[in-house]
Amino acid sequence: MTTHTLSVLVENKPGVLARVAGLFSRRGFNIESLAVGPTENPEVSRMTIVVAVEDLPLEQVTKQLNKLVNVIKIVELDPAVSVQRELLLVKVRADATVRSQVLETVQLFRAKVVDVSPEAVTIEATGTADKLEALLRMVEPYGVREMVQSGMVAIGRGPRSITATSAR
Amino acid sequence: MTGPMTSATSRSAPEDGAGKPASATPSPPPRPKPAPPTGAPVRVTGAQSLVRSLEAVGAEVVFGIPGGTILPAYDPLLDSTKVRHVLVRHEQGAGHAATGYAQATGKVGVCMATSGPGATNLVTPLADANMDSVPLVAITGQQSRALIGTDAFQEADICGITLPITKHNFLVTDPVDIPRTIAEAFHIASTGRPGPVLVDIPKDVLQEHTSFTWPPDMRLPGYRPTTRPHGKQVREAARLIAKARRPVLYVGGGVIKAQASAELLELAELTGIPVVTTLMARGAFPDSHPSHLGMPGMHGSVAAVAAMQRSDLLIALGARFDDRVTGQLASFAPDAKIVHADIDPAEISKNRRADVPIVGDCKEIITELVAAIRADSAGKPDLIAWWKQANSWRENYQLGYEWPGDGTLSPQYVIERIGSLVGPDAIYTAGVGQHQMWAAQFIKYERPASWINSGGLGTMGFAVPAAMGAKFGVPDKQVWAIDGDGCFQMTNQELATCAIEGAPIKVAVINNGNLGMVRQWQNLFYAERYSQTDLGTHKHRIPDFTLLAEALGCAGLRCESKDSVDEVIKRAMEINDRPVVIDFVVGKDAQVWPMVAAGTGNDEIMAARGIRPLFEDDSIGEELEVQQ
Repeated sequence: MTTHTLSVLVENKPGVLARVAGLFSRRGFNIESLAVGPTENPEVSRMTIVVAVEDLPLEQVTKQLNKLVNVIKIVELDPAVSVQRELLLVKVRADATVRSQVLETVQLFRAKVVDVSPEAVTIEATGTADKLEALLRMVEPYGVREMVQSGMVAIGRGPRSITATSAR
Repeated sequence: MTGPMTSATSRSAPEDGAGKPASATPSPPPRPKPAPPTGAPVRVTGAQSLVRSLEAVGAEVVFGIPGGTILPAYDPLLDSTKVRHVLVRHEQGAGHAATGYAQATGKVGVCMATSGPGATNLVTPLADANMDSVPLVAITGQQSRALIGTDAFQEADICGITLPITKHNFLVTDPVDIPRTIAEAFHIASTGRPGPVLVDIPKDVLQEHTSFTWPPDMRLPGYRPTTRPHGKQVREAARLIAKARRPVLYVGGGVIKAQASAELLELAELTGIPVVTTLMARGAFPDSHPSHLGMPGMHGSVAAVAAMQRSDLLIALGARFDDRVTGQLASFAPDAKIVHADIDPAEISKNRRADVPIVGDCKEIITELVAAIRADSAGKPDLIAWWKQANSWRENYQLGYEWPGDGTLSPQYVIERIGSLVGPDAIYTAGVGQHQMWAAQFIKYERPASWINSGGLGTMGFAVPAAMGAKFGVPDKQVWAIDGDGCFQMTNQELATCAIEGAPIKVAVINNGNLGMVRQWQNLFYAERYSQTDLGTHKHRIPDFTLLAEALGCAGLRCESKDSVDEVIKRAMEINDRPVVIDFVVGKDAQVWPMVAAGTGNDEIMAARGIRPLFEDDSIGEELEVQQ
């Protein structure tokens, strides 16, 4: 199984997420990560879907997605020529004795502290899944009290746009 | 895809006339009218807007039942002179009737129901139409906008429920969107790979005042079906055809949907390639044609199944390599290269990898393929040895049946006689089970849209409402429902609709007293342990189908012996003032053969019990090489 990142442009209408999610479960495909948000065109939303499938089933997923009337365009993003990011918020136990060590880790990963209290700091970090995993490994010994992570969003490198020709 | 409405409804426009190409009837030159009916906005209610939209898209017949939330729509419907509403007895009947209408005419079938149970009763026919790619538009009432999500009386999230079983669905939240949504629904249902579309309209949206404008602008940026095939792929297919030695034209229901039978005939006669027609394609190619090897699949003819298994090139046209055709996929047609032509890109390489994929409308694909073959210097394939082989299968393993040893009537004989006496001009529908397979095998189909059945979903109870819908679509043709006693007891209430609304269909109940196909499997695979398959129809004569028929306003006839079969069929053909039900009391032990047992490979096809023409016979391909 290999991981594929699909950028899916959909009409910004109610129920479209359910259509896409339902299609994946109905056809027996697993979504590893899903992120939805607006685009530069208010009538179009963009989903970034990460799936782990072989090439042939991936072709099926793409074709079936394309059949959904609200799906406008699908592009598979090659990790080598795209930028991929996830967002992590993690609340780490950090009293005065270890706070400076935690902050050092934060700086090392070019993350930032977005909230602080006498017993804990909340760190915001963006990056690839690998980087966020590494950060988590580093702060784990201090005690992770709570964490939340977004799905991956991705965009192709270079001047070209996948949205330019699609939103008619 | 924001084109004007005129192009969108070409399949459903009334002037199309029973699915004939529009070019057949030259249209009169356009005349300037003083007051055009379209264009300027008109003040109406949402309900009036709905009825006007249905009129504008050319809907002629709507099958449905009113109820609380759809009530506003039924008021203007009363005044419509263009849309005829047929009041059915159950919403499932409305859905299957719309399917029968669509399959018989090539137009979009329309059904209507209220919210909650009315809408959920449409679920089965929608799933059925989705599997068989039938253009359907279902309109359902919904609770008023403020009540949605509150578990209000007769509230059901029908858009959510039908998400996986429709091509698309809409919840209309603003009455001004009604014309556009109806236009889009008919466009989506009838173009590309056809399918069912549901439009859910809250009651207060129907009641509110709004403006009606026609034609509306459709907004479907994500819907762009491909109809024109890729020239390079078509030429590649022609090249493979020219050098094939054992090719087969594997014809599916898409050929009927694309109205491409004439083109198919030309292709078959140009190349001389053997043709098989799937359950959904019976009639796409004349049964009487010498190139026709019959139906492939689980209960297909030995010649059709064997030819596909030993083929070196399958040319699939509007077919989808369904498991009932391929049997065990890994051992299906092992030596065949695949040319797969279909309008739905997702069907190509879904089950079997295609060597030459062609996405497009079957009519255009076949037309271009014929041209490419004519242009190719390699020309036509040499098929002399292949036909010798195919003919030997055809002669040695003809479709047949034995008379029951207990002296009872043979169901196959009854169906065969109906086919002979009624003839290929009629329309035949079927339920699901043994009678369906026999009707596919023993009635000879000569023209498209003369055989209407539930292929993909396998919906018992399909025959009677589908026949009713077909009769409303094509009133001048005889419509025969070949039904089983199990199926008939699921939907026969629509005979009351037929009797009252004037649809004099014929129903042949092949009454073996049992759920016959299940019983056959119990006989073959469950050590003859007949669990819950005896309906008691024979033992107790409950119900008495002739009395039931009379009670529903139909003529009820019964036939129990071989001698009276022809006479009873002829008598049924003479009764045209009301529907006719014939109770054919047949033996319960007759079985459908040939058969490929579920989960096994097609090489294990049994022509009859214990007779396996292909098993342990891998030398046919080599023999062919030698003969060449």
